[in-house]
Amino acid sequence: MAGVAVGTRARSAPRRVPYRIARGLWIAAFLAPALLLFSAFVAYPIMTAMAYSLYRWDGIVRGGWAGTANFRRLFGQYPYSERMLVAFWHNAWTFVLTMIIQNGLGMLFATLLAAGGWGARVYRAIFFMPVVLSLVVVGFLWELFLNPVWGAVNKLLALAGLGALARPWLGDPHTALVTLILVNAWRWVGFPTIVFLAGIQAIPDEYLEAARLDGAGSGAIFRRIVLPLLAPQVNIIVILTFIGAFNWFELPYVMQGVTGEPYHATDVLGLLFYRAAFGAVDTGNPDVGVGSAIAVVMFALILLTSGLGALYLRQREAEA
Amino acid sequence: MTPPTGAAGEGRRPGVVAAAALAQTLLAANALLVLLPIGFMVLSSLKATREIFQRPFALPVVPRWQNYAEVWGAAHFAVYFRNSLIVTVASMALILVTGTLAAYALGRYRFRGNDLIFLFFLSGIMVPIRLAIIPLFIMMRDLRLLDTVWSLILVYAASGLPSAIFILTGFFRTLPPELDNAARIDGAGELGILITVLLPLVRPALAIVTVYNIIPIWNDFFFPLVFIHQDRLKTLPLGLTVFFGEFQTNWALLFAGLTLAAAPVLALYVVMSQQFIKGLTAGAIKG
Repeated sequence: MAGVAVGTRARSAPRRVPYRIARGLWIAAFLAPALLLFSAFVAYPIMTAMAYSLYRWDGIVRGGWAGTANFRRLFGQYPYSERMLVAFWHNAWTFVLTMIIQNGLGMLFATLLAAGGWGARVYRAIFFMPVVLSLVVVGFLWELFLNPVWGAVNKLLALAGLGALARPWLGDPHTALVTLILVNAWRWVGFPTIVFLAGIQAIPDEYLEAARLDGAGSGAIFRRIVLPLLAPQVNIIVILTFIGAFNWFELPYVMQGVTGEPYHATDVLGLLFYRAAFGAVDTGNPDVGVGSAIAVVMFALILLTSGLGALYLRQREAEA
Repeated sequence: MTPPTGAAGEGRRPGVVAAAALAQTLLAANALLVLLPIGFMVLSSLKATREIFQRPFALPVVPRWQNYAEVWGAAHFAVYFRNSLIVTVASMALILVTGTLAAYALGRYRFRGNDLIFLFFLSGIMVPIRLAIIPLFIMMRDLRLLDTVWSLILVYAASGLPSAIFILTGFFRTLPPELDNAARIDGAGELGILITVLLPLVRPALAIVTVYNIIPIWNDFFFPLVFIHQDRLKTLPLGLTVFFGEFQTNWALLFAGLTLAAAPVLALYVVMSQQFIKGLTAGAIKG
């Protein structure tokens, strides 16, 4: 790792070890611990995770080369093929609804907070509060609230004269996934709010002032000036929401169990992956080969999206 | 929708007043939506289970503080807390020490391979490390680290490094090179320069790195679920699932347990919400 000193060219004091070599050794010593940790416990496992999908597995003992057999089983053999498709649509639906509900509300709150009305700082702090809570705490808390008989949600509905709307939110296949998505949004909505708010506050006042003098209404200002200038923030939130939606695990696991009850109505790729790797999909033993194949599919989806997003961001920065 | 900045020049038209009122209503409604469930959790934790069922929205007749004592004693909460604390502090220390050293080398020295190593670390920033759980599980088994806190500490430290190195290297690069040169002329060694001259200056970045990592590590559920099986080694989120299985019908204790689990993080948040907001959104907001 020898090279040319840039900031230190001037020095030439004699030492027992030539400075160039000592410097190289220091650099190596500084880098070694981090490189070792990162290579051993992130880079290498990620690469082997991909490779594992190409082998046969007996329990967690690796067998011979399998080619694409694991993938063919994942996409073509019951129950994997069916579970996979169902889980994928649940992840996709989670992404779409989270974009609309959570991030839509985030944008609304950011716009309202940017107006700087009464208590904006306090609201900001309150909205972000659930983001620091463990998803296990959030999941269990809402599971109690949503209990069909004793939960606060149905009792509140009854109190408001809307008892007819009360239902087993988490037990009904029609409402279970949407309910989970709403609980997730409750926990996360402060995050896009803060990101959008920071973006809006970075817009120079002159732009808005000029538009206002030209007679633009607040709706037009939002659509024509604020929203286009928020593109980088929106882009980041879309990427993070996508990664979050396709990595979804804790909340479905804690609230609906490892199979995504009821009847797989809240099954997602993360749960399916976990079951294939450590439990069992329907009946049978863990299937590490298929589990690894699911990981590769999820990895590809996430990499593709965040890659495209990053590319878009860099392009915009180059233009600006 | 209200205008994004104060509409000072528009006077007090009724439309503006109505918009401001609507804005306040929406903001207050959401604040309630956040605070009420948390308040209701605390309220229920001080009742008897029958009280929660029969009069859910009333104040507790007599606050039952003994719920907390019972949870603390019966449910190994003290053990879970201690484990979470050990794992979080140890992983954070590893991230800060190894991350600062690497960022110092990458940010303050120019050498062949600098960019390549930086990119190598950076490649880990978006990688969902959980997808590597199968090889990690096998690796930990082979290293005989399954069912030890080390399995968690090593994975948390390693996966926290990319963001830490990204943030810290950027910070090191903004400091003027004269600082190092002056210290070097004064006879300071390479490590001495980092510790005495630069470290005090990168403290704000260290704070951001800490907040950015500490909350996800403290809250993580996935890795303990896979790596830890002995009850005495479980961290708080995993311990909570054990506790919920044991006390299913005793809602008073469940709410007390949830409140206990949420309390440390919420208390910290109330004291330093600005730092938390800044640190946790560091990946998504520049500057």
